[in-house]
Amino acid sequence: MPSDFISNLFVFILAGFVGFEVIKRVSPLLHTPLMSLTNALDAIVVVAAIIIAGKQQTTLSTVLGVIAVAASFSNMVGGFLITDRMLRMFKTGKSKKS
Amino acid sequence: MSGFSPEQLIDFTYLVAAVLFVLSLKWLSSPKTAGHGVLAGEIGAALAVGATLFNPELVEYKWIVIALIVGAGVGIPLGMVHMTAVPQRTALSHAFGALSATMIGIAEYYVQAPNVSKFGMTEIGLEVIIGSLTFTGSVIAAGKLQEILPQRPITYRGQNVVSLSVLATALILALILVMHPEYTHLFPVMVGVALIFGVLLVTPIGGADMPTVISLLNSYAGLSAALLGFVLNSKILVVAGALDGSSGFILSVIMCKAMNRSFANVMFGAFGKVQASAKAAGEEKTVRSANAEEAAAILASANKVVIVPGYGMAVAQAQHKVRELFDALTKRGIDVKFGIHPVAGRMPGHMNVLLAEADIPYDRLIDMDDVNSDLPQTDVALVIGANDVTNPAARTDASSPIFGMPIIDVDKARTVMVIKRGMSPGFAGIDNPLYYLNQTLMLFGDAKAFVGDIVRELAGTSHT
Repeated sequence: MPSDFISNLFVFILAGFVGFEVIKRVSPLLHTPLMSLTNALDAIVVVAAIIIAGKQQTTLSTVLGVIAVAASFSNMVGGFLITDRMLRMFKTGKSKKS
Repeated sequence: MSGFSPEQLIDFTYLVAAVLFVLSLKWLSSPKTAGHGVLAGEIGAALAVGATLFNPELVEYKWIVIALIVGAGVGIPLGMVHMTAVPQRTALSHAFGALSATMIGIAEYYVQAPNVSKFGMTEIGLEVIIGSLTFTGSVIAAGKLQEILPQRPITYRGQNVVSLSVLATALILALILVMHPEYTHLFPVMVGVALIFGVLLVTPIGGADMPTVISLLNSYAGLSAALLGFVLNSKILVVAGALDGSSGFILSVIMCKAMNRSFANVMFGAFGKVQASAKAAGEEKTVRSANAEEAAAILASANKVVIVPGYGMAVAQAQHKVRELFDALTKRGIDVKFGIHPVAGRMPGHMNVLLAEADIPYDRLIDMDDVNSDLPQTDVALVIGANDVTNPAARTDASSPIFGMPIIDVDKARTVMVIKRGMSPGFAGIDNPLYYLNQTLMLFGDAKAFVGDIVRELAGTSHT
């Protein structure tokens, strides 16, 4: 078993715990923005896609990498954009104009 | 700075990004700090992407730039969709996320093949299988939510056996590849089988179960990204994937609890196709109905009103009229709250977003548990486009298919008013005894038009 695996497993388990504890506290009010925000964060896969697309190892890997860059970057842009739009809609009675 | 290699500096930036991601989710806990949360996430993502562009392994930038432009071109319109379309947009973004992770996994395989270690192959196999099934499953879910595909569950005899055999086939193919990495021709077959399984997994699931399915697919998308992190030994992917995966998992659990069902039941139960027989047995029952004028008079004389919206309200595009009603009642000094069931809408939290979009202050949007303790002291409960989540049979009738599901106890309010097109049963096809109670008044009509009529009646009487 490669040693990388163990260190990755460490990170995975601990990040999972942190995620669990932090996300548990998110108000049900914001569950839709939560999903779109985690989607945008998950789109960090784009960094791996950029490397695959830019390394020019084989034609196939470059093509797949380019598709992956486009797909994940659209998630990143769209995910942050819609989360921001949604959160701006949440106002209290006092901050309302009327 | 001389002590650090460019790779180490990039890794250090990734660490900063990971911390910002955690903070981003932490700040999402309350609407007051949520704005900072998005900003932290954006800065983290920008840092990580920016640092990656300095990776010395990169030799060609042209295609990366083109792909980034295309991605932004697709992402911006998807970020601007209407709030009613957010569930299908979310399903589509799960599909894109899974597609991306799968493409990278496949690319990595072919770069290494056939010299893939047993361990590496196990990771790639799992990653590509989960990514592929999440991709097709999410596309089907998006199609159902967009109503391109039928929302009704599509089922046939022996379905679960077929679906599970397909999944088993994909796993067996992965196992063979682990044992015999030289059989590279099996790899595309494995991908194809996993893609088919995704279709089979989501096709039988009905529209009412979409909040659970979308959460589960969210969790899978996160898992595939985390597994990709294992494959590529990239900690930032492991962290982001773990965060996304645990978020999807928590939401799936909440959705399942809100429907009193298990994961297995949602995935393999094909809810909402039978129950026609249960209805036929009931004798002719009478309902009382009222018109807009009467409804307005009852609301005007109330002190406390709870409005319970369901997806029907969004379908009728009635949320802005509901806001007018909220304003009209609030102006008269009436205490108006909204009771939100966790599965109201087509994804977790959807109803809150729809009402917030209509400018209803979020401190008036109350969770099921909190609103239930208010309902016995409530004068009028007004149900708009919701059905099963208000069905008292869930508390009282052990033979009901939804028995045990937590509901909003509108039947405990002094008067219940239900806006509904007709007496047809809800999504799950279950009759609702609420409609036959003595304190219940049915308001027959289109939700948007009827609420509009009530608002007009309230305005007409306000000067007398």
